[in-house]
Parts: sequence; structure tokens; C-alpha cells
Amino acid sequence: MEHWSPASTIDTAPQPPSVAARLLRDPKVVCAGGFILLLIVVAIAAPWVAPKDPLAQNLLMATTPPAGFADAEPGFLLGTDGLGRDVLSRVIFGARVSLTVAFVAAGLACLIGSLLGLLAGFFGELVDALISRLVDVWMAFPPVLLSILLIAVIGTGLHSVIAAIVVIDWTRFCRVVRTETRNQAQMDYVVAARTIGFSRPAILFREILPNVVPVLIALLTLEMGIAVVVEAILSFVGLSVSSDTPTWGGMIAEGRQIVHEAWWVLAAPLAALFATVVAFNQLGDGLARSLDPVLRR
Amino acid sequence: MSAPRLAIEALSAISLRDGNRPILRRVSLAVDTGEVHGLVGESGAGKSTIAKAILGIIPSQVKVTHGRIGFEGRDLLALSANDLRAVLGRDIALVPQDPSTALNPSRRIDVQMTDGLRLKRGLSAKQARLRARALLEEVQIRDPERVLDSYPHQLSGGMRQRVLIAAAFALEPKLVIADEPTTALDVTVQKQILRLIRSLQERHGTSVLFVSHDLGVVAKICDRLTVLYMGKVMEQGSTADVLAAPRHPYTKALLAANPRYDRPDTGLEPTPPEVIAALRAEIAAFDAGVAGSRDG
Amino acid sequence: MADDLLLARGLVVAYAGPGGLFTRRGDAPVVLHGVDIRVGKGETVGIVGESGSGKTTLGRALLGLIKPAAGSVLFDGSDITALDERARRPLRRRMQMIFQDPMSSLNPRHTIGRILIEPILLHGLAKSHAAALALVHGILDRVGLSRSTVDFYSYELSGGQRQRVGIARAVVLRPDFVLADEIVSGLDVSTQAQVLRLLKELTGEMHLALAFISHDLSVVRSICQRVVVMREGRVVEEGPCERIFAAPAAAYTRMLIDAIPLPAVDPGWLMRGASVEAAASV
Repeated sequence: MEHWSPASTIDTAPQPPSVAARLLRDPKVVCAGGFILLLIVVAIAAPWVAPKDPLAQNLLMATTPPAGFADAEPGFLLGTDGLGRDVLSRVIFGARVSLTVAFVAAGLACLIGSLLGLLAGFFGELVDALISRLVDVWMAFPPVLLSILLIAVIGTGLHSVIAAIVVIDWTRFCRVVRTETRNQAQMDYVVAARTIGFSRPAILFREILPNVVPVLIALLTLEMGIAVVVEAILSFVGLSVSSDTPTWGGMIAEGRQIVHEAWWVLAAPLAALFATVVAFNQLGDGLARSLDPVLRR
Repeated sequence: MSAPRLAIEALSAISLRDGNRPILRRVSLAVDTGEVHGLVGESGAGKSTIAKAILGIIPSQVKVTHGRIGFEGRDLLALSANDLRAVLGRDIALVPQDPSTALNPSRRIDVQMTDGLRLKRGLSAKQARLRARALLEEVQIRDPERVLDSYPHQLSGGMRQRVLIAAAFALEPKLVIADEPTTALDVTVQKQILRLIRSLQERHGTSVLFVSHDLGVVAKICDRLTVLYMGKVMEQGSTADVLAAPRHPYTKALLAANPRYDRPDTGLEPTPPEVIAALRAEIAAFDAGVAGSRDG
Repeated sequence: MADDLLLARGLVVAYAGPGGLFTRRGDAPVVLHGVDIRVGKGETVGIVGESGSGKTTLGRALLGLIKPAAGSVLFDGSDITALDERARRPLRRRMQMIFQDPMSSLNPRHTIGRILIEPILLHGLAKSHAAALALVHGILDRVGLSRSTVDFYSYELSGGQRQRVGIARAVVLRPDFVLADEIVSGLDVSTQAQVLRLLKELTGEMHLALAFISHDLSVVRSICQRVVVMREGRVVEEGPCERIFAAPAAAYTRMLIDAIPLPAVDPGWLMRGASVEAAASV
């Protein structure tokens, strides 16, 4: 039976809430996460969810307004564009491209950058010097130029958009992870692990990595938002996928030219883009906070 | 018998974030002119809440529900923000706990010390610096010019604490609140600082409310003690009485748990469970009494 | 001496100064200036000093966490000073450490159970998870924590409970030597008493050698048999507690003891030694 000091306030704390429970309590995580999840489901199920074929042109139905406005056509909820294609269906299919880029590009940049950051932060000295110099030199290249150069060499398409994003943004992960790893490496529990006799790789992956993950996740979701915007920019200037596949950037480019006659052609993809980026940012924010109340206590 | 300079009467406070958990339970204490009064308790007892209440810096999640803080006849809790600021700047000063965080690391010492003098007394920069220099000499800093021109990180912990003490006494306050002023210092430096506080206090006739968790420290510098536990006063009296002949079981338990270098087997006696149970019962009875009188 | 478990001679530790890209590493500040210390089997030795005394560095050098620039450390007769991490690993089980801040020495992402079980499995003291858990339950019982603690995280426990986990982790491997680095600073006096009492009992039961680092001489007196007084990287004095505290030979030790305020009224205490200190003041 333990003796309690007068100042101790915890007798027997109730069973700690699981990670999932804690996440679900944060409104940001729930709302933003829910939206992204919905978007993913819709994008995957696009062929069945989209009301019309996104490529089907119908010049008789060109530039009809969204439902609720005068001259709207039934069946075209968000109206049609200059070639009579259903805007809603195009937005839904456009989500496929955006989300693919978001997850693949951000994921790869995260993987590469984090691995190098972990190694640099943990092993220090020569390894750190090499990796840090590499990052410094790499970041000296102007990113826009680099991506255009890359696409000029590889050719346009989804793979080059992803490559461009990975090639530029891995450095961001590397720097942040390196700093966080260095901080964690100073903690007493790392010294404790050394005292107990764990090997260096074991310490890196079992003690340090779990404490770096919260920062990583926040950065990853932020990067996803960035990737979506970069893809939109590249498809806006026609450097992304072929002009057949609907992309939000491409739709914005088209919609821009007829914005006075058919504002909805610009507004719909813009709104989708905006909502998605905001959702990623809020999700990252909420995740960072609720996954890491531990260290910030 | 003249009226005490500081008279806290039945001060009660609750924590709004914690389901209205009581933080202070009708605390009363009085500090006379020229008295050094020790406020002793373990962490969480409520000592710093009392200090913050006097200084008007209670955090927003804490609410004072009852009581009065009488300072020279006026209730500090009832003053307007402006009036309180006037009193604080002129008559009440604080010696904080951690000298490394209490000083702005990017401003030189002379600027930080003369701010108050120039604002409150209208001194010119030159006059204020002369006064600051005199104060540093008073706290036995041998090279005041160098210290005045230094940044905080260039000074040792003990030196910084001396600067803070000098700053506290700069405006000749009537009451100084010393909030664990020696906790962050080495034991030899602590003795010097305690000596300094005592001599300054005697010279200026200042009253001091000395907050500490260390019974040894308060034994050496305080005239009277108030022992606090869970926001409630357990024992009060002259230092000699409280330490040599404690009446309350909590005070006895605290003394028994304190290791002493002159008695080898001390410091290994945790508070017995019966005492803890009795303390909890005492607190519970108090809370029930308060609730009853509120409803009744 | 045959009874010495740990014997360090002439330890010199220096921290490398920052080196620029084109300049050599500057003069390194020396933290330990040739320190000798010995800890006998089952003996509790206190290492005391004020800030800057080098006591924490000494502790880490003894455990091989810091490489000394000169000097040697003998553990149970063999020289362990120059061992690399791999050679040192089998020794790790026999030399453990308890930290000052249990918040930062317990990985916040691991349950207490995991923190205590993994070392057991690593050193093969139990072959299965279930067997290791049984050992953990045993040690939790011994340190006065409930068995359900295994499911908690460090931030869900009180300061005293966390420190007991730290102690449990240090002794669960049945080491021969434990280093306790300021483990009760920052604890309330009653919690401190519990922790000290527990430690004293455990060192007796398990015949542990303990090096107890502290700035607080009174705490050292309560559990140590011998004490080593350090100042600015050097040993000022060392010997049995009764002798050092009753009749300190060095002036610094005397000053240190005089500066300790006992919880009793003593009107002359404040002014005593004022002149001596003024000479050595900050």
C-alpha cells in the first residue's frame, strides 16, 4: 500500500484515453479529417458518384448555370462549362488527380526527407555535416526553375508533377526532422536507453522516432496542402497531366477565360481547391495538438 | 499596538478550470511594519496564489471568492486597476524566484533597473543611473559600473538575484514579497542573499512576506510563520514557537521529514498515513462547513 | 582495495569547444581536473558540490557516458575506460542510473510497463513477455506502486510515483552499481523522505553500491556512509560522513556546512562567516 505525500493529487488516475479517443475529441481533426475522408471516398468512387461523364461534350448545353439559377438545366448541379461538360463531374474527377499528387508526392518527400533528417540528427558529426551541406546547396536552387527544368526533361504528366514536388520539398522535412531529432537525442530517456544497453539503431527507432512523429504528421498534412496547390498551378499552365483528364488547375485556366459569362466554371474548382487546402491545414493543426499533448504539458 | 501593514482576512479562491476546486481556504495572516513573515508550504499549497493575489496578477482561471487584502487600510482586491498599479509601483515590490527568467535577456541591467525610477519618480536618465549604482553598492556588488553595463547572461545567478533585490528595494517600498528568492541558488550564495535581504529590510524598515517551501530558510530569516497546506492555514505563530514546539500534526510531520545534517537518521520519515487521513478529514470538514453556511 | 567495486583515478574531462570551418577546435574548458573516487561493494557514497563542481560530469564519466580525456575507471577490477559501446554492453546490466527529472527520463510515448519490460528482455533476464511482466510486478510491489501502473504513461503519474518508476527501472536488472543523479531535488520534503527511505532499503537488500550525487548535504547525510566534496572539478575532501560533518578539515567544506540552514531559530547564523564569504563571494 503506497504512502501518499500530502501534495500528491493523483490517487488512482482513471484508465488513460486511447490515442483514437483523444483524436476524435478534437473538432478540427473530426471536421477536417472527415472532409478529407469524404473527398477520398468520392474520388475513388468517382466513376459511380459523378452524375455525368466528365469528358462528354455537349455544345447545345454549353455554359448553363448551376441549379437554382435562371436557365439552369436539370442534371447539371453545378452547371456546364464552355464545351457543355458537367462541372460537378469534372470537379469530382479532378479530385482524383489532386489527391493522388497530395498523398504520393507528400508521402515520398516525407519519406526521403525524414530518413535523412533522422540520420543527420542522430549520428551528428560527419553524417550531419554531409547531409546538412547537401540540403543547403539543394535549397539554393530556385524551386520554380528547378521544377520547370525537370518537367522539360521528363515530359509532362502526373509522374513529373510528383517528381517535381518531391525533389524540391524533401529538404523541408529533412530540416525539421533533423532539429527535432537533435532535441530528442538530448533527452534523459535517450541517456537512460544507452545506460540500459540498447543499440544505437534501437534507440533511434524505438525511443526517438515515436517522439518525432507528431511533428512529422503535422508537416506531412501541411505538405499535402502545398502539393495540391502546386499541382493546380502546374495544370493551370498546362504542365501537368494531359488536357483530357480534368484537373482543378486546368478548369481554373479555362474558367478564367469565360469568367464574365460563366463564373461557375471558375468558382467551382477554386472552391474545391480552397476547401481541400484548408482542410489539410486544419487537420495538420489538430493532429499536431492532440497527438502531442504529452510533450507540451 | 499599531495596525499591521498587510492584513489578509479570510481569503478564499477557487480554480475555475478544475470544477471549482478550492485553492485557498479562508486564509488570514498579518504582517506588521518591519516584520519578516514566512509563508511556508509544499508545492500546491497555495503560497504563490496568495502572492499573486496581493500583486494583482492572479491568472484568469483562478477566482477569489471571499476575503480582503488590507494594505495600509485599503482593500487591494477592491481597488481599480489604476489605483492598484499606483500602489504596486510605489509601495509593494516583488523579488521573484528565478533570476534567469525575471530579467529581460536582451536589455542591459542599467536600463532594466532605471525603468521604474524614471517612470515613477520622474528622474532623468543620469540621475536614475546614479541611484541604480548606489543601490547596487548597497547590495554589495563590488563593481557596479560593470554590472550596470552588462547583460543578464553575463552575470552569475547570485549576482542576478542581487540585482533583482536592488531593483525591488529601489523605490523604498513598504512591503516586499519574496517568492522563493533563494531556491534557484547554491547554498553558499543563498546564505549571502538571505543576509542581504535581512540587512536591507532592517535598514529600510520594510515588511517582507517571505514565501518558501524550505523550513530551514524561513527559520533563519523570518520573525513569524504561517504554515499552509492545501490552501488552509495549519499553524501560525512566532518562528521559534512553530519550529520548536509545533502544535499541528502537519507541522510536526514536515519537521520530521526534513533531513538534518546534524542528525544522521532524519529525512527518512514520510508523513504517516494516519496524519494524511486526518488532514484530509480536516479539509473535507472545512469544505462542508463552507458549503453549509453558503446554502444556509 | 579488494572491496572496491568502482575505482576511478585521475579523471580529466574536457568539453570540446566549438570549432569553426577553418579554425581548430579552441581550448576546451576542463570540467574535471584529475578526480579520484572509489565506491566499495554495497557502499553508499555521496558526491556533493555546488553548481560548476563537476559532480554530474563525474557521474556520467563513471558510467562511461562521457569519455575522459585522461584517467581510468576500474569496475570490479577491470579497466573499462576505453571500451567502445559494443564491448560495454554486457557491463550495462551491472551499472545503472536514476535521473533527476523523471519526466524527461521516462519516454512519454511508452507505457511504464514497456519501459520496465524491455530492459529485462534485452538482457535475457526473462525469456517471455509474461515472465518479464511477472518480474515487473514484483519490482512494482517492492517500490510501493500498484500493478496497474504498467498501463500508465509517465505524464499520468505524480512526481513521487515517477521517481519510483525511475528507481524500479534502475534496480530491475539487479545491477551491482547505481548512480543517482540529484534524484530528490524538486520533490516535496515528504515525497523526498519516501524516496530516500526506499532507496536506503533497496541498497541494503540488494547489496547495491550507490553513488548519490546531490547539492544538498543534509540529504546526503541521511543515506550515505561516505561523502566526497567537490568544487570546480576537484575533490576538496572525502571521508566517512560522521567525520566530515562533525569535523570538516577543508575550509570550503566548513563553509558549505555552515551555509546549510537548519529548521531551528539561530540568531547568530546569518552573520556567522560573513567575512570568510566576502572573500570568496560572487
